[in-house]
Amino acid sequence: MDAIQSLFAGFETALTPLNLLWALVGVTLGTLVGVLPGIGPALTVALLLPVTAKLPPVSAFIMFAGIYYGGMFGGSTTSILLNTPGESSSIITALEGNKMARRGRAAAALATAAIGSFVAGTIGTALLTFAAPAIADVAVQIPPSAKFALIMLAFVTISATFGGSPLRGLISLFLGLAIGLIGTDLQSGQARFTLGYPELLDGIDFVTVVIGLFAVGETLFVASRLRKDKASVIKLDGNARMNREDWRRSWKPWLRGTALGFPFGAIPAGGAEIPTFLSYTLEKKLSKHPEEFGKGAIEGVAGPEAANNASAAGVLVPLLTLGLPTSATAAILLAAFQQYGLQPGPLLFVTSPDLVWGLIASLYIGNVMLLALNLPLAPIWAKLLLIPRPFLYAGILVFSTVGVYSLNNSVFDLFLLAIFGLIGYGMRRFDFPVTPAIIGVILGPVSESQFRTAMQQSGGDMSVFVRQPLSAFILLIVLAALVVPQVLKSRAARQGAAS
Amino acid sequence: MKKTAILAASALLTLAAPATAQNISNLRIMAPASPGGGWDQTSRTIQTVLQNQGIAKPVQVFNVPGAGGTIGLAQLYNSKGDSNLLMTMGLVMVGAIQTNSSKVDLSRVTPIARLTGEYEVIVVPTSSPYKTLSDLAAAWKANPSLPFAGGSAGGTDHMLVGLFAKAAGVDPRKMNYVPFSGGGETLAAVLGNQVTAAVAGYGEFEAQIKAGKLRALGISAPKAQPGIPVATMKSQGFNVDLANWRGIVAPPGLSSSEKGALVAAMDKLHASKEWKDTIKTRNWTDLYMSGSKFDVFLKLEATRTREILKDIGLVK
Repeated sequence: MDAIQSLFAGFETALTPLNLLWALVGVTLGTLVGVLPGIGPALTVALLLPVTAKLPPVSAFIMFAGIYYGGMFGGSTTSILLNTPGESSSIITALEGNKMARRGRAAAALATAAIGSFVAGTIGTALLTFAAPAIADVAVQIPPSAKFALIMLAFVTISATFGGSPLRGLISLFLGLAIGLIGTDLQSGQARFTLGYPELLDGIDFVTVVIGLFAVGETLFVASRLRKDKASVIKLDGNARMNREDWRRSWKPWLRGTALGFPFGAIPAGGAEIPTFLSYTLEKKLSKHPEEFGKGAIEGVAGPEAANNASAAGVLVPLLTLGLPTSATAAILLAAFQQYGLQPGPLLFVTSPDLVWGLIASLYIGNVMLLALNLPLAPIWAKLLLIPRPFLYAGILVFSTVGVYSLNNSVFDLFLLAIFGLIGYGMRRFDFPVTPAIIGVILGPVSESQFRTAMQQSGGDMSVFVRQPLSAFILLIVLAALVVPQVLKSRAARQGAAS
Repeated sequence: MKKTAILAASALLTLAAPATAQNISNLRIMAPASPGGGWDQTSRTIQTVLQNQGIAKPVQVFNVPGAGGTIGLAQLYNSKGDSNLLMTMGLVMVGAIQTNSSKVDLSRVTPIARLTGEYEVIVVPTSSPYKTLSDLAAAWKANPSLPFAGGSAGGTDHMLVGLFAKAAGVDPRKMNYVPFSGGGETLAAVLGNQVTAAVAGYGEFEAQIKAGKLRALGISAPKAQPGIPVATMKSQGFNVDLANWRGIVAPPGLSSSEKGALVAAMDKLHASKEWKDTIKTRNWTDLYMSGSKFDVFLKLEATRTREILKDIGLVK
């Protein structure tokens, strides 16, 4: 096999002491920026670009790949411990992970996230090694109508999954969709809901919304309750590692999460978010302990974490084989290639095999390093929860503010952060789930542009959504997801009445 | 503060005579976009070369992203008289000023130089029935709703499709332009046969053109470009000439000697071997033009952009 030979050559490149060092620097930096809210891998790589111009390309890319994978690993940490996701891809992890942490099982949650990320990252990288060109060719064929249908599926499952009542979930989702509409309309170039502020023309960065609703909202909520429930200091489970039961319940979600995450990463405009949502819903449906969901079910951490790491590997498929960035970080990596006068695409494997295979080999190595780095750290991170809450949340507030300011160096964003913080507090106070709102902000604009692109391509003919087989199939699932539970419910009610 | 200002001013005065030019101190370059984008990369490349060549030291780059660069433009306008500040900009900003109805336009700032650019290319999938630009134009005339993909509405790609429509005898208001937010999605749409044709900077399609997955029908350059085996649109009978150029401007309210010093610094930057080598590695086309030539060009480009955007129907 050609790929195996090339891969071995790649390991020769990646295993030199210097490149190993760069990989270590990358994964450590990546883990750090993943932990800090607001500062993500994309921004980190962008800021490092000019600094690395003097490095040989292979070393620079090995470091960048480490930052990318490391960010995916690190993002889960604050989600689980503090209910303040650092990246959009770890929002779902907060749902069950933070509940686990509150029950004293933080280390187990961190461990299943780390091992799941490792498993998914390694399988994803293997798929990248052996099947990249074939996958990329299929991925670009997916029409916008099918992508629109996929997002509808995510919306429907989300509104059903979150919160005490679907109505509250839907209200939250629509709040997010409304926020997502703010900014310049891509198709017509017209400003929407910008109230005359030029700062709003590019829309509101979802990082500001995420940090406002989660981190600031949570801080305000905790502060408002500080006097009422003093006693609720989280006790750490003495036996912090994953036990046999945890392993048994985690391995299948890891694999299913990988299967969902990888293809989404490879699809243009797919991203890491949709597969994490779908993975969560899937695990809830398949779990033998559905009653634990919402109270800290380990499957709800294992699946989405695997999904987001697998999608990180998936993103590299179209980037390397087609020069097609499908995420913010991938777009910056593309800029990094151009800095060296390299053009990713079908010819990159021929013109710079050292670079490509060295990079791919370094992904395997980076995954091992990240596991070695994160697993022993899990119990140590978990001790963060022992910090008295006033200090802990003051720290979160500082990091959130710095993180949001660093996005655009804009004071305007800090006002937005405060507004979203208040909204987040209100939602917690009145028991509205926060997650659907975030999903609306992230996926709303994507769904709109996919819908309108599909309509433009069909010349305004709505039937494109049912004529295209893949889109029709997914919309059928959406319909089933809406109708079947109602039918089952009414039948159960009738049977209940009959008996 | 005052002291440094006086020092800087006197340094700049001497700079006005290029032969005895001294270096500029404490220069700041604003990239009116996020880190990693085209304007950011241009700013940081200028920074490196200015410092290495001793033309200016130290040079600092900072980012003011948002609204196609018009937020940065407003900030530049408010730094009236600051002769140690530059801003990277380009055709995209000229368009954004129109579509965003920005309060500040480029007639309010001090033009310094145009540096680099990239020509746009029209591509179709290899399996497409259209072999030449004339084939495509004929089919388009028969059916104006053929979908063309490119970047966001009102951007360079959209302008090019508008210019091509006019040259091909298609009503630009009737054309079906499908905007995508990133270059990647445009590429995916055309590779996946989801649109008839796509438009972007040559660099974005280069790898796919060379690999034979896309067919380039025409490039928007005035004459054939070395190393780019694509016929110009002009040579095929479509009078279109559009470069996605990038340049440098300074705040308003500079004296002519202050402006002259900055122009001289850019002239030196452009003359250096390091600059020529760097833009070659990065595949940027040298479109250098400075001083009064650039002043005139900027005015003409603003008028032309306004006309194109009017034709497309984005600006009233």
